[in-house]
Amino acid sequence: METKSIMIVGVGGQGTLLASRLIGNALISTGADVKLSEVHGMSQRGGSVVTYVKYGDTVHSPLIDLGEADYILSFEALEAGRFLPYLKKGGTIITNTQHILPMPVITGQMAYPENVLDELKAKANVIAVDALSLAEQAGSPKAVNVVLTGVLSKAMDLPEEVWQQSLETTVPPKFLELNKKAFRLGRES
Amino acid sequence: MKKLLLGNAAAARGLFEAGCSFVSSYPGTPSTEITEEAAKFPEVYAEWAPNEKCALEAALGASIAGARALCAMKHVGLNVAADPLYTAAYTGVNGGLVIAVADDPGMHSSQNEQDSRHHAIASKVPMVEPSDSAECRDFMKLAFELSERFDTPVLFRTCTRVAHSQSLVELHDRQEQPLKEYVKNPRKYVMAPGNAIPQHVVVEERTEKLRAYGEDCPFNRVEMGDTQWGVITSGISYQYVKEALPNVSVLKLGLVNPLPEQLIRDFAAKVQKLAVVEELDPVIETHLATLGIHVDLGKKELGLLGEFSQNRIRAAFGCPLPESRKLDEALPVRPPVLCPGCPHRGLFHVLHKLKVTVSGDIGCYTLGASAPLSAMDSTICMGASIGVMHGFEKVRPEAAKKTVAVIGDSTFMHSGMTGLVNLVYNQGVGVVLILDNSITGMTGHQQNPLTGMTLKEQPTAQLSAEKIAEACGVKRVRVVDPQDLKATEAAIKEELAADEPSVIVVRRPCALLKWVKHKPAFHIDPDKCRSCKACMQIGCPAIVFDGKAAIDPTLCVGCGLCQQLCKFGAIAE
Repeated sequence: METKSIMIVGVGGQGTLLASRLIGNALISTGADVKLSEVHGMSQRGGSVVTYVKYGDTVHSPLIDLGEADYILSFEALEAGRFLPYLKKGGTIITNTQHILPMPVITGQMAYPENVLDELKAKANVIAVDALSLAEQAGSPKAVNVVLTGVLSKAMDLPEEVWQQSLETTVPPKFLELNKKAFRLGRES
Repeated sequence: MKKLLLGNAAAARGLFEAGCSFVSSYPGTPSTEITEEAAKFPEVYAEWAPNEKCALEAALGASIAGARALCAMKHVGLNVAADPLYTAAYTGVNGGLVIAVADDPGMHSSQNEQDSRHHAIASKVPMVEPSDSAECRDFMKLAFELSERFDTPVLFRTCTRVAHSQSLVELHDRQEQPLKEYVKNPRKYVMAPGNAIPQHVVVEERTEKLRAYGEDCPFNRVEMGDTQWGVITSGISYQYVKEALPNVSVLKLGLVNPLPEQLIRDFAAKVQKLAVVEELDPVIETHLATLGIHVDLGKKELGLLGEFSQNRIRAAFGCPLPESRKLDEALPVRPPVLCPGCPHRGLFHVLHKLKVTVSGDIGCYTLGASAPLSAMDSTICMGASIGVMHGFEKVRPEAAKKTVAVIGDSTFMHSGMTGLVNLVYNQGVGVVLILDNSITGMTGHQQNPLTGMTLKEQPTAQLSAEKIAEACGVKRVRVVDPQDLKATEAAIKEELAADEPSVIVVRRPCALLKWVKHKPAFHIDPDKCRSCKACMQIGCPAIVFDGKAAIDPTLCVGCGLCQQLCKFGAIAE
């Protein structure tokens, strides 16, 4: 199996790490070689964050470089635009339509690019989902990460029960039902 | 059973399986989880020390007493622990002693990009370098064996992309290591000149034995492929090489100090062109130069700065790069910010307003340097704030009335206390603000001597920042709540006016702590908002502006700081 690359991008605090672990745990049950890479520390504090998931027969580099991502799973619209250069030719961006304003926009130094998703659609395959509404429907705005993982799951060739198993091993039991609902809403969107 | 493990968790698994029973560390990204994961094993005693020097000394003590011991830190932590390291190199060990050090090429969460291999060379301590989680586990176990076999501490070097990547690891059982016998041996452990002089001879002989060991050891391996190019590499760079150049021949060095000689000569002889691929400094390349071996591609093509990646290697070797596209317009950057409800925000707002010179330190509060708070003049290293302020004021006495030092609770305990002693002893007059948020924040919530809890979540003695300041001879010690902007401003003004050193403990727990209760989100009445943007001055990510200010209820934690700034009563619970 050729190595596949999924880049998960968003804003620190949105739960990109949980999404990558959810995908990673689903993948290892298939017997694939899997590598996940994440950055901790300062960038977690509301900054732009990136997590990588790679799988295949043998995965070497844990990083995804420019032009290498089969999928970019973006938790925020502007971040989808920021990471477009990493998308492989023919790759797909799955993005939340939510806007979270970065500090230069809050302080008025720069404007938020309101039409970023339209521009992206002109340059790449884009699946845009209002994951925040679906997460709220599932019971918590924090479930955006699991909703989006559900959307991505449609594009990955893994059986449904593998995802259910991964949810059970990755998510604390207290939030399992909520997250199962969030995942389903994403998968059925 | 194979499990997906973070490099750091795999290193912890390795020390567990190796029978290590003592861990003492100071947290530092990207090394922190080694110790956190080790603490989860009941068989392993694990603690947070106040700094890396204390931690390594404790680990050395455990080793002398006969246990296998580990100490973990980030690259700059090794500077703090360098003193015991360089002499532990002379004493050697009893139980195996491994020092894990995590470098941060690209500076994801660090103030510099130093290459820890220089410490290995200078201290004459062997260093191993894994390239994924499975090797983190394997090399950790081998490092303990190496330590005992050659009677030396062993450095275990990772970098961010190994420490914070997850890959598959086979789990094995723990091999319990009974405590080795302790025999009093001043010649080995009392490093006064009479004993250290003969020990230095032992150290140099040991390095040569280790070099011979490196010629044929489980850490180093040759993977022959196409002989047009041979690449000598180590650590994470190996993974980038395998990805970018799948067919080349590779000499993968896992023992990066001391470096072998014959192994490299033999490899170089088998290939037409030779490349060295190593992040940061040219350590392997310099070694090749001393051997008189010509390198066809190395630092000149790959550079000294930042992280490598597969594309950087493809580019250096002239391979085609994957096609990439970008949007036409420039996008706003998204730098990290203080969290909503962060107790540092109120303090930095006051410091910004007072236009004081702020000598900064290492922690979340370094973000107080960013706009719009912009209230920091310098940040150097752990504990530097007080010393830097002291020197600044001594040569600019007129600055004393408008200069403060800010230092976090954990950073103060790490290496700020000695700076405070210096300030008092040498008749400084500065104002030291100890930002006590009841946790070590930036590295992800670790306990410290001021929190009253141990790493293993056991209640313990809770030291007092106020009493420490008093014991250091500071007469003016007070406590303020940074959420009370008026009181904070008044306290800082009063202490700046005083002609003697003062300490203000700025105390409020981190907003992300589980036990901190939050109020519901505040909201802004658009009819009362006059668009003056006073509430925007604090740089809160929960406040947005679109003609009028508004609060994002999904981000706001109800701290109410913005309410104190609104002159029109537009912000309410």
